[in-house]
Amino acid sequence: MGIIEDADGVGEIGSTVDGDIINISIKIKDNVIEDVKFKTFGCVVAISTSSMVTNLAKGKTIAEALALTNKDVITALDGLPEGKDRCSGFALDALKRAIEDYQHKNK
Amino acid sequence: MDHSATTPVDTLVVDAMLPYFSEMFGNSSSLHSFGMEAAEALSTARKQVADAIGALPEEIIFTSGGTESDNLAIRGVITHNSGKKHVITSVIEHPAVLNTCAFLESLGHEVTYVPVDAEGLIVLSLLERSIRENTVLISVMHANNEVGTIQPIKEIAQIAKKHNIYFHTDAVQSVGKIPVNVDDLGIDMLSLSSHKIHGPKGVGVLYVRKGTIIEPIVFGGNHEKGMRSGTENIPGIVGLGKAMVLAQQRLDTDSKYMQQMRDGIISKIFCSVADVRLNGHPTQRLPNNVNLSFKYVEGESMLMLLDMKGIAVSTGSACSSKSLKASHVLSSLNIEDDYIHGSLRISLGRENTIEDEDYLVESLKETVFRLRMMSPLSSQ
Ligand SMILES: Cc1ncc(COP(=O)(O)O)c(C=O)c1O
Repeated sequence: MGIIEDADGVGEIGSTVDGDIINISIKIKDNVIEDVKFKTFGCVVAISTSSMVTNLAKGKTIAEALALTNKDVITALDGLPEGKDRCSGFALDALKRAIEDYQHKNK
Repeated sequence: MDHSATTPVDTLVVDAMLPYFSEMFGNSSSLHSFGMEAAEALSTARKQVADAIGALPEEIIFTSGGTESDNLAIRGVITHNSGKKHVITSVIEHPAVLNTCAFLESLGHEVTYVPVDAEGLIVLSLLERSIRENTVLISVMHANNEVGTIQPIKEIAQIAKKHNIYFHTDAVQSVGKIPVNVDDLGIDMLSLSSHKIHGPKGVGVLYVRKGTIIEPIVFGGNHEKGMRSGTENIPGIVGLGKAMVLAQQRLDTDSKYMQQMRDGIISKIFCSVADVRLNGHPTQRLPNNVNLSFKYVEGESMLMLLDMKGIAVSTGSACSSKSLKASHVLSSLNIEDDYIHGSLRISLGRENTIEDEDYLVESLKETVFRLRMMSPLSSQ
């Protein structure tokens, strides 16, 4: 949890109008996600998926992280309450944006 | 600390109800002695409720709860074949009123939803201006279930009377918290519910002033003088009667006690947490209602973290399947976007203790701090 100050990539999703805002920052070394942190404003599902996405992504290669699916996240959380899957994809989107940001900067 | 949702049944109420399940189980319509016992219990409870709100026993109709009472009052005044009618209500009513009004609209009747100001008080000038030739009813709640704002019921009743219009109030949240007397307030119809005042669930009352003409919405064996057919829920009604007596006896003590706790919580939170606001009215407010909004954090996540600490509260900011959505009440109060998603309602009851108050304040401070650490909106 938190923000990596000298991050190699940052991804943010959401707006105060819709509600949830998820910010994910990553540190990359030799194509591996060495560190990853989140900051989330939103319901418990948004917070717990953010936390789980950072757990899952840490130590993975960029290719492995990009291959993560929403289902992987939900399975790792032992499922979500019904009707609460709306925000479950947001955290993963934020991670992918962070990776894109890194790739963009290092083209 | 979620007493506006429901309350535990008082042990004295349980004791009063128990004999009416297996020993005195009669049907009040039967002519034998078992039936007489039930009829007697019914009439005692009717008198207990009537006395507590300053009504006559024959003005009390027992129903299945606040929702049915609201339905009966609002649908009941629009008698069949009477042509297109107009009803006035407020934008912050309970769904029991709002959805009944929406149903009337679907039948071709008209409804005006009068707005409220930033503190939740109905705008009286707009209310009076919305009266029409065919207005038959004004229905405005006594106290709001989310933000606790108490409406100027007496003034609204006077406006209704001046224009010869019936006035109904949903007093589900106010009974037992502030004085409710149908003559003092000048009310024609009033809804109340047992489970909000330490009585059993599934019982309520619609008070209907003598001379007020309404039609039933449930038909059958003409119980409750034909206004609400169906064999009466005797144990429930006995429980409600007892709960009303207790509520009346304890009103002064309980409301002072809760108000002290309410003000204690508000001032302690305002002293120790930044970027917080009180939703609703600062003084025209139920003695047991605290409704706060915290910037940078979301209501449901606060609720869940407090739940893990064993504290039950509620929020008007929930995560729905489409978006984070604020309740219709909070949305009507013009709360800034920064605050509207972070609301928390704490509704106190007489069994809450000073220790509970301290534990809540500490837990809430900790929860808000923790979530703000996590929030990208906060610089914490
Ligand atoms: C203001 C108000 N009206 C009506 C109701 C409904 O009462 P009941 O649960 O008895 O149907 C409630 C309870 O949630 C309420 O708070």
